[in-house]
Amino acid sequence: MSRDVPEKPASVYFFATCLVDLFYPEAGLAGMTLLERQGIRVIFPPGQTCCGQPMRNNGWLDEARAIARQQIKTFPKPIPIVVPSGSCAGMMHRHYPELFAGQPDEAEARAFAARVYELTWFLVHVCKLSLTDGGPPVTVAFHASCHSQREMGVRGEPESLLAGLSNVTLAKLERPNECCGFGGAFSVRQPEISAAMVADKIDDLSKSGASEVLSGDCGCLMNIKGALEKAGRPQKARHIAEFLVERGR
Amino acid sequence: MNAPLPQDTAATAPLAFTGKARVALNDPRLRANFRRAMDGLMSKRAAQFADADEWRTLRARGAEARARALAKLPDLLERLERRCAENAITVHWAETTGQANAIVLDLLTAAGAKTVIKGKSMVSEEMHLNAHLAAHGITAIESDLGEYIIQLAGEAPSHIVMPCIHKNKAEIAALFAEHIPGQPYTENVDDLTGAARNALRGAFAAADAGISGVNFAVAETGTLVLIENEGNGRLSTTLPPLHIAVTGIEKVLEFLDDVPPLLSLLPRSATGQPITTYVNMISGPRRPGEKDGPQAVHLVLLDNGRSRVYDDPQLRDTLRCIRCAACLNHCPVYTRVGGHSYSFTYPGPIGKILSPQLEGLDCAGDQPHASSLCGACAEVCPVEIPIPDLLVRLRGEAISPTSRAVKGGGSARSLGDRLGRRLSTAILGQPRLYGLISRLAGRIGDRLPSWLPGLNRWTRVRSKPAFARRSLHALARERGYADE
Amino acid sequence: MNDTARAAILARLRAAPRSPAPAYPRPGTPAWAPPVHGSERLARFTALLEAAHAEVYQASATDWPARLAELLEQKAVARLLYAPTTPAGRQLAQAWGEATDGRPRLIAYDRPVEAMKETLVSGVEAALTGTLGGIAHTGSLVLWPTPDEPRLMSLLPPLHIALVEETAIADSLSALIASQHWAKAMPTNALLISGPSKTADIEQTLAYGVHGPKALIVLVIRP
Repeated sequence: MSRDVPEKPASVYFFATCLVDLFYPEAGLAGMTLLERQGIRVIFPPGQTCCGQPMRNNGWLDEARAIARQQIKTFPKPIPIVVPSGSCAGMMHRHYPELFAGQPDEAEARAFAARVYELTWFLVHVCKLSLTDGGPPVTVAFHASCHSQREMGVRGEPESLLAGLSNVTLAKLERPNECCGFGGAFSVRQPEISAAMVADKIDDLSKSGASEVLSGDCGCLMNIKGALEKAGRPQKARHIAEFLVERGR
Repeated sequence: MNAPLPQDTAATAPLAFTGKARVALNDPRLRANFRRAMDGLMSKRAAQFADADEWRTLRARGAEARARALAKLPDLLERLERRCAENAITVHWAETTGQANAIVLDLLTAAGAKTVIKGKSMVSEEMHLNAHLAAHGITAIESDLGEYIIQLAGEAPSHIVMPCIHKNKAEIAALFAEHIPGQPYTENVDDLTGAARNALRGAFAAADAGISGVNFAVAETGTLVLIENEGNGRLSTTLPPLHIAVTGIEKVLEFLDDVPPLLSLLPRSATGQPITTYVNMISGPRRPGEKDGPQAVHLVLLDNGRSRVYDDPQLRDTLRCIRCAACLNHCPVYTRVGGHSYSFTYPGPIGKILSPQLEGLDCAGDQPHASSLCGACAEVCPVEIPIPDLLVRLRGEAISPTSRAVKGGGSARSLGDRLGRRLSTAILGQPRLYGLISRLAGRIGDRLPSWLPGLNRWTRVRSKPAFARRSLHALARERGYADE
Repeated sequence: MNDTARAAILARLRAAPRSPAPAYPRPGTPAWAPPVHGSERLARFTALLEAAHAEVYQASATDWPARLAELLEQKAVARLLYAPTTPAGRQLAQAWGEATDGRPRLIAYDRPVEAMKETLVSGVEAALTGTLGGIAHTGSLVLWPTPDEPRLMSLLPPLHIALVEETAIADSLSALIASQHWAKAMPTNALLISGPSKTADIEQTLAYGVHGPKALIVLVIRP
């Protein structure tokens, strides 16, 4: 999936996602800081809530549309909307147009969807971000979320940001493209299958030799971090934006 | 017009998916068998499609051929029937599996057949054909090695391409020693394969009829294309005097020229082979002067709900499937629970959209939820079936039906569901209420006990996620980001 | 029942909303073209067949019967099934003559299968067939069995030997279908064969000869 790269804008909207808002605000602040360091003014519209993905995934299409309308209304200016989550970005970028197909506000939804960008993709392609490392040697593993890869076409952008940090070693995973088992409601609807998937994922991460796990998606992170903690594993897990803000200059 | 269909599909009421999956998850041998097999199949497929440009263009051509065939399906079925008739292949139509079974039984009875030899056919599994024939005194012998093995074991296929992938050598060795006269226990694969060859050679020679499936039915030429590696499909369709092919109505292709791209996609997607050992194109029975080949060839076209699925332009994409099983091989759920957990003939991602549509959401409604929507299936599908989107669509149909194409729509409506829907829009659709609740969550959210229903399913293997004291909304406001 | 079912199925399909077939090639996507291998044809054909466990040899239009005799002697083939009325069959019979010292006995497939079932199923070690050609892209033989050279020859004996004219090796199946106008008249049976019979049904371990030939020898006849 290749996408046209826009000019670097003077300002962007930041759509934090509900998980970042409620559980990982530091990831959101880090994402906004990275954008600001690129000289971009960041706007955080207070009316934002959730992209509506959980509703769509349940098959609640009317409800997903209602919530989507609320977001569309909240981001009116024709500037990029940057999202620190491939999954929520995928919902807005790929599924809003389908969700509104044949609806009176289809054109509006399409125009909105076209402005949605995943954070690391935006940093790499639009901001041409390159960082100098300001931290001690460390080995990290990156968990690429399913939707960032398959819905947003994020393939290697986060890894390339990490590769630019001289003291950071990127650990190799045995199954880098396999789902961690989160899947939103899937994790509680099929808890045993989800548990088996995340158990395999944390084994893979542990075997990789990484002391820290990074991801661009807080859903996956909540799942992986929770499983690491419950299993008493020493690896930390956090959003890649926090890591980049902390180390990158 | 939606003519009602007689009901005869589900032979037995299947156990719910979750229960069977639990059993499978707790079977380390089964888990190991699937993991090993799927890892191998994934890497072989990846090697075949290393050229991303070739994959993209070939796949677009494959998807186009299938979508075009579906767009013209009624016309192409009639053309297929006409061309087959010109080739002396008799075409039969069956609305239900019961009708299809009756057609096959009638043909066999008229030919005085007592034993039939079978090439691999998932449609015949869908029909439960072997059981039907057995009940009428006709013995059906599966000749594909994998099918032969599970027939000995009295099981159903666990994979649509490799039916006995759930078994390891030791299990197969024990089966052979028990069921094949004079066969000692051996885990040597060549010896096991040789034993099957010897056991089945006589069966091929003695069979009164051969039954096979069809990979592609070409309307332009009245040709049945069958692909396989073992030669049992060729034997089943060449040696006995009568050949009966059974297939779903969706397997038709418009042109012979549509075969090469799909033939290039199917084996590479399925097993990572550039092509199968045999591609068998049958355009008629033995003609005068020919020394072999069946004296008669019949084609049974099975509907079994497909024409109902066809009624919905989105769900119709399900019918593009060419049964390569790449979606099974790449599915993180299938890999862990195996094919038998799905209860129906077609397991894995394609099964999760096909079974509820063929059998009804009231019967297989749990299947569309057995997915994390990771999208690995759609990524590898050689005909671009958007499986995750169709899963979501079916989840929706189960609670608020919009299409007559879906049987059992609305069967999952519940109070909890209605409540959830109301709450979600009330909170997430109204920023003020959302703000209030997030502030509340920040204060007292962490006091929620882990044993709460729902949360307890999460905390069994994960720590409880901690609500932030102050939401990003609050922090952003404080730092001026929220100021437009 | 049949007519009713037919009418009901077609009626349901015709009542469904018409959806347009997608455009091909899709805007922005180049069209798929069948692969072209040009001068690499024979090399690719050979390499793929060998990778699929076949043996590939080259011979001339005159020396192949002798080459075949050598190969079959090595493999201790006592009886070779052949098609007595094809040009290759005639050439073979003439070249080998009546003497059978060291050479396999020629068994003609000259009666309907019903009259020769025993011989075909277990009475020969090998069979020789011609081919319509080959396909470089997938390393495949193309066979259109005929009254002279029936279908089971390439299937029942444990060893199948196929003659392929080098000049008849095409780039791809698409190219063959187009250049030979297959769609106009298909034979009762057309086959692509890309190696000996095989299976991986037991733990993904490859095993050969599960139902069809255990071995495949391809003799490429150079021009």
